[in-house]
This record gives sequence, C-alpha cells and structure tokens, in this order.
Amino acid sequence: MEIKLTLNGRTVTDHIDPGLLLIDFLRDHGCLSVKRGCETSNCGLCTVLMDGKPILSCSMLAARADGHSIQTLEGLQEEAADFVGFIADQGADQCGFCNPGFVMNTIALLREIPNPTDDEIRAYLAGNLCRCSGYDGQLRGIRSYLNSRKG
Amino acid sequence: MMNIRNYVRVQSLEEAYELNQGRKNRIIGGMLWLKMGKGSIQTAIDLCDLGLDTIEETEDQFSIGAMVNLRQLELHPGLNVYTQGAMAAAVRDIVGVQFRNLATVGGSIWGRFGFSDVLTQLLAMDSYVELYKGGLVPLEDFAACKHDNDILVRLVVKKTPGQFVYQAMRNQRTDFPVLTCAVSRMEGKYRAVIGARPSRAIVVRDEKHLLDSGITPESAAAFAKFVAGSVPTGSNLRGSAAYRTHLAGVLTQRGILELGGRG
Repeated sequence: MEIKLTLNGRTVTDHIDPGLLLIDFLRDHGCLSVKRGCETSNCGLCTVLMDGKPILSCSMLAARADGHSIQTLEGLQEEAADFVGFIADQGADQCGFCNPGFVMNTIALLREIPNPTDDEIRAYLAGNLCRCSGYDGQLRGIRSYLNSRKG
Repeated sequence: MMNIRNYVRVQSLEEAYELNQGRKNRIIGGMLWLKMGKGSIQTAIDLCDLGLDTIEETEDQFSIGAMVNLRQLELHPGLNVYTQGAMAAAVRDIVGVQFRNLATVGGSIWGRFGFSDVLTQLLAMDSYVELYKGGLVPLEDFAACKHDNDILVRLVVKKTPGQFVYQAMRNQRTDFPVLTCAVSRMEGKYRAVIGARPSRAIVVRDEKHLLDSGITPESAAAFAKFVAGSVPTGSNLRGSAAYRTHLAGVLTQRGILELGGRG
C-alpha cells in the first residue's frame, strides 16, 4: 500500500507492507535516532512526535501515519540543542541509548508546559526508562536549563 | 508481533461492522495490547477516519468517542471537574505520556482487561457503552459480557451528581496495578469498584446500608470489610490473593474517608 506523510518537514511517499511499524519505516528513511528497546511499549526509546504529540513509534502502524506529520530528533536538532548541553553537564547520559527518546519527550514537555515543576517533569518523563542513571541527572539538567532561561 | 496482511481505514461504521464479521479481521484501536500478540490478522480495521476522537460535553453527559486517547481523558477539563480529578488520577500512571497518546478508550473498554484502570474508574460513574448494533448498554453489563463482533462506537457518561475517588496500588509507577479501586457516591448511593483482582473490575454496592448514617471511621471500616469480603481475588506475579483482599479493604476505606472529607 502507498502512504504519504511529512517527515521532518519534507513530503515522503512510499509503498509499504500493511503491517510495517512506524519505527521501521522511520529507520528505513534514515532516522536512526529512533531506537527499538523494550518491544512492550514501555521504554520510550522510540519516541517521535506525530502532529506535535509524543507517541511510541514501535507501537503504531506506519499506515496510520499516512497524512500526518512526523518529527524525529533528526529534524529537531536546533530545538534540542537548547537544553541537551545542560543534561550532558550533569552526567545524565551515561551509555546514551535512552537519550534520543528522552530528548524528544523533553521537547514535547517544554512545548506543552514551558515552565514545569519538578513533579511535572517526573510525571511527563515517566515513560522514558534509563538503566544507567536513576533519573536525577536528567532532572537536574532540565532544571538547570530552566533556571538559565530565567536569567 | 502479529502479522497484518491488509489495512483498511474504514469510512463508515457499517463498513467496519461488515469487515469485523470476518474471523481473522480485527479492529486495531490503539494497537498497544494487540501488538503484543502473535499470529495473523487478515485485515486490520482502523476507525481513525470516523471522527470518534473527540469528547463532547453537554449539560447532562459526556460523549467519549471510541478513538479518544487516554491522554485526552487525563487533560479534559470538564471530565476532571466532574470527577474532582479522579479521571486524571485513574490514567496518569499508565506507562507514559507517549503511551497514553496512543491508547484508546475504546480499546481499553472493549478489551475488558483485568488490569484496566480506565474500566475501574468508569464503572464508578454512571457510564454506558454505545454499540453499533447493540445500542446503549450499561457499562456494568457490558463489562460482564463475552466479546462479540459488534463495534464499540462511544462511551456515554451521565453527569449524575456525585463524588469520586480513584486509587491504585502499583509495585512501581508505570507498572500494571496490583489492585485498582474507585469509590463513588452518586445521589447518596455508594459503590466501590475493584479491578486488577487480577480479573476484570467488578462493582460492589452498599447493599447492607453500612454508610446510610454517614461516613465515620467506623462505617468506612465496616464498608471496607464488606467490600474486601465480597470481591473474589486471585494471585499472579504481582501479588497474592490474600494481599489483594487486604488491599481492597485498605483502598476502599481510604477512598470512602476521602469522600467523607468532601462533605
């Protein structure tokens, strides 16, 4: 079947297998930041934005993305650059495997709640699992970024 | 992961219904639970073009389309004013925001999953399902039925005046619940709904009139004991039957006391 969607701002048309998952479609189109992790819709590694909302690309058919806008980290480098340095400064990403999912969901968080409390950050990022860090580093990094914005 | 041979975005409920009569065809909902399965689906039926992704609020009810996602339930101002935040409390620990942006109300309710926080909370309210062929059915009756090939179109929640409290016990945030518990008082009548027993949620009413004279620590404890004794529980890797029975009493008592604190 044929689908047509907007991927990181450009129109993409492709013939796909009806059972193809969005994650595999995206990786086939060069978006290698989108990673497969748990296979149980729990870890958040595969987070992308569909029409601006964070979703799990491992759990949605590519066919359902037909007609929609998909953004991956490859298309949001500038927006991510604002805060990822703060997270790195806290030593939050050790192996780094969870990082693209965390960054994508943090982008969604900051768009939806521009000045979140610590509890709002924890709640919003609860669907992103990290096996290295214990999450405090990510929280400190985001808090540090938010504090820097206040000048 | 199951194998999908065809994918159809249906353009009418009738088309969905006809396709759904095929033994190997499936409505995919949010697809989160479905994707965990194995085997083959001849045709995946997607309802996403039918405009069932909105919550319509009128003076006396909420009409919640089957394709509304759990995040919409969590953020809907009207639903959360009506339930005093219980609706959001019921869904906020279901994995993460990304998951809740995909998981649909229709999929959660149609599945009648034992672990469902959503089913537990909606059973504490004056809720109905609208089936394409079956019409409007009380959710409590629907929850007890076996699966058939009808189509769940939407949920209807009447704005019966009431108070609601939702609680769940999880071993860890975002995990499946060990036990879910919603309590409500609607027009002076109390009910407790216990889910993740681990079987599907069931309703317990105050048929012994333990709370008729008002909520006190003693009456709340008596109702909690009645609920714990009425609800069958079972064991799985998350908890034993005895632990669940204990939790059913504790969560019911806490919920009823919270209702009492609201006057």
